[in-house]
Amino acid sequence: MEKKTLFTVSIYTENNVGLLNRISAIFLKRHINIESFTTSECEIKNVFRFIILVEMTHSGIGKIIKQIEKQVDVIKAFYHTDEETIFQETALYKVKSSSLFEEREIQKSIKKSNARIITVNPDFFVIEKTGFRHETDKLYNDLAPYGLLQFTRSGRIAVTKSKMGISEILNTFKNQKKK
Amino acid sequence: MKNNKNISGAEAVIKSLIKENADLVFGYPGGAIMPVYDELFKFQDKVHHVLTRHEQGAVHAAQGYARSSGRVGVAIATSGPGATNLVTGIADAQIDSTPIVCITGQVSAHLLGSDAFQETDIIGISMPVTKWSYQITKASEVPVAIAKAFYIAKSGRPGPVLIDITKNAQFEMFDFNYKKCIGIRSYSPIPKIDKNKILDAAKLINAAKKPLIVSGQGVILANAEKEFKSFVEKSGIPAAWTILGASALPTSHELNVGMVGMHGNYGPNILTNQCDLLIAIGMRFDDRVTGDTNSYAKQAKIIHLEIDPAEIDKNIIVDVPVLGDCKESLSMLSKNIKTKSYKNWLKTFDDLMKKEFNKVIKNDLAPKKKGLTMGESIIAINKFTKGKAIIVSDVGQHQMVACRYANFIESRSNITSGGLGTMGFALPAAIGAKMGAPKREVVAVIGDGGFQMTIQELGTIFQLQLPVKIVILNNDFLGMVRQWQEMFFDKRYASTEMVNPDFVSIAKAYFLDSEKVENRSDLEPAVKRMVESKKPYVLEICVEKEANVFPMIPSGASVSDIRLE
Repeated sequence: MEKKTLFTVSIYTENNVGLLNRISAIFLKRHINIESFTTSECEIKNVFRFIILVEMTHSGIGKIIKQIEKQVDVIKAFYHTDEETIFQETALYKVKSSSLFEEREIQKSIKKSNARIITVNPDFFVIEKTGFRHETDKLYNDLAPYGLLQFTRSGRIAVTKSKMGISEILNTFKNQKKK
Repeated sequence: MKNNKNISGAEAVIKSLIKENADLVFGYPGGAIMPVYDELFKFQDKVHHVLTRHEQGAVHAAQGYARSSGRVGVAIATSGPGATNLVTGIADAQIDSTPIVCITGQVSAHLLGSDAFQETDIIGISMPVTKWSYQITKASEVPVAIAKAFYIAKSGRPGPVLIDITKNAQFEMFDFNYKKCIGIRSYSPIPKIDKNKILDAAKLINAAKKPLIVSGQGVILANAEKEFKSFVEKSGIPAAWTILGASALPTSHELNVGMVGMHGNYGPNILTNQCDLLIAIGMRFDDRVTGDTNSYAKQAKIIHLEIDPAEIDKNIIVDVPVLGDCKESLSMLSKNIKTKSYKNWLKTFDDLMKKEFNKVIKNDLAPKKKGLTMGESIIAINKFTKGKAIIVSDVGQHQMVACRYANFIESRSNITSGGLGTMGFALPAAIGAKMGAPKREVVAVIGDGGFQMTIQELGTIFQLQLPVKIVILNNDFLGMVRQWQEMFFDKRYASTEMVNPDFVSIAKAYFLDSEKVENRSDLEPAVKRMVESKKPYVLEICVEKEANVFPMIPSGASVSDIRLE
């Protein structure tokens, strides 16, 4: 069996209803589980970028990318390994306020992990940590013994180290607009 | 155009169809599409609507129309069950690259998501099997969406598009202004041909000693029959075809070496694993063509002419991919190759054909047994249509026999459900095929199983008085499944034997001319009467119950393990 690797898939698309469904269906059809999924408008107005994390074989990912690009509303799709990207995830931790004052260890963990307290009120406080998965995991493990009221982690966001092959295409879009 | 100010969304739908020259549509009315039907009534001199007896019939008819005419087929249905009944045909069109536009009604926008009467999420349901789809909730979106729909359906690798229109958008008034779609920035339907790839391919072709061409429907979809024929003739390379590639090259052409795949000819299958160069043109290496991919043409270099980048290296890794429109790439290739002939190599095909003839074809076409065969029925059709008919086949044994023995002279003469294998396809598709090519004879060849899946379309044929000829090859079995049960399941005939009605009586109840043939001596006169008739005609031919289709590549076996018995 060919080895599986974690790939960051970047998909540039038009802003159309239902496209999310179309893209996820391509993975569904091949019984591939999506590890994380993020979407937002990219550097060009009205062009959206999906960032999808999947574990797949090298030969499989190439085929999937072509199937994605085949969709009418997809402008271009790419895949990259971890080494080729700068990537981060954000996690939020909600903890009882009393434990912040009673447990000195919590304050230490927050400091050590470079996390940020984004809100404090008499009942609870919320910590935000942006970083690699192992960093948000570590903070999770540190805080868990004191009781986490809520925990959530975003999907991966990533940019590539090298220039994205899409820049030229997107620039032509910009110029088209000007005309 | 005058009178485009302040018109309804429904009128805009019809005016958009007129702008796209869609003067024939197939469909079935219902609540959520009624405003559109009301406009169809007003514009009936410009857009002819054919009322089928089931929405599945409408979509298959649209497919048949598209396949025989090369134009975009249109099917219209209401929301809910009307829309879901289209899904099989849409999936069929997706996998067989057939350009169709389906228009469905939908509940009013304010009711979306409320489980309203006849509401289904048809956009969601059809998404995996459409090339593109769009839900219109405002009248002003009608012209843009329909223009895009036609452009997407027919450009590049064709496919089905679905447009869902909420009822409020059909009623809403707006000023209509139609612009044809000429491009979509995120969509490049035809890849540019890389000249270096042409040169690489030409080099391989010029050096080859035992090359083989396998062509698919891509040649027909690209209208590249002429370029294909010149390429074949200049290169001198034996040319085989997939089931959907049939008829692009005349059957009698001296370089036509027959069909590849599970029930294809013996020679091209065996020699796929002996050739030194395989030139795949507009085909997608379907598993029914390749058998076991791990032992498919491993000894050969492979060139792949293809319009869809996603097909390159999908099933078979190739040496030289030539992306682009094959009409163009074939003529570029022809300019760069030497004129050659492969006498000894062609003789290997002839020798294997002789073997196939002795073991299989002889018994199929001139049987010694009393029972009629499917093969001799097809030969009789060939004889009286002089090979000029469009053969629309359903799915199963008769389909394989029809494609093996039909004599094709013209392109677009073979219409069948290849990729999806949709039983019930042929009868409605034959309606569309005849209306798409009214001057041509259309013969539907259908099994007793498939015939009963869309039998209601006899009503459509009667109402239209459409002179399609329908041949039922009746073996009182779901023959292909029975054959597998005989070969691989120790003859346990689980639910494959059919107790059938009298098809002649059914046809007569629809006021159609009909007869039944049980003896060999009656076969040719009956086929002759059918072909000579100017009216629709149903001919039931009772064939041997337990005959098998050979050659056959057992599922999962290599193409070179093809069996003759």
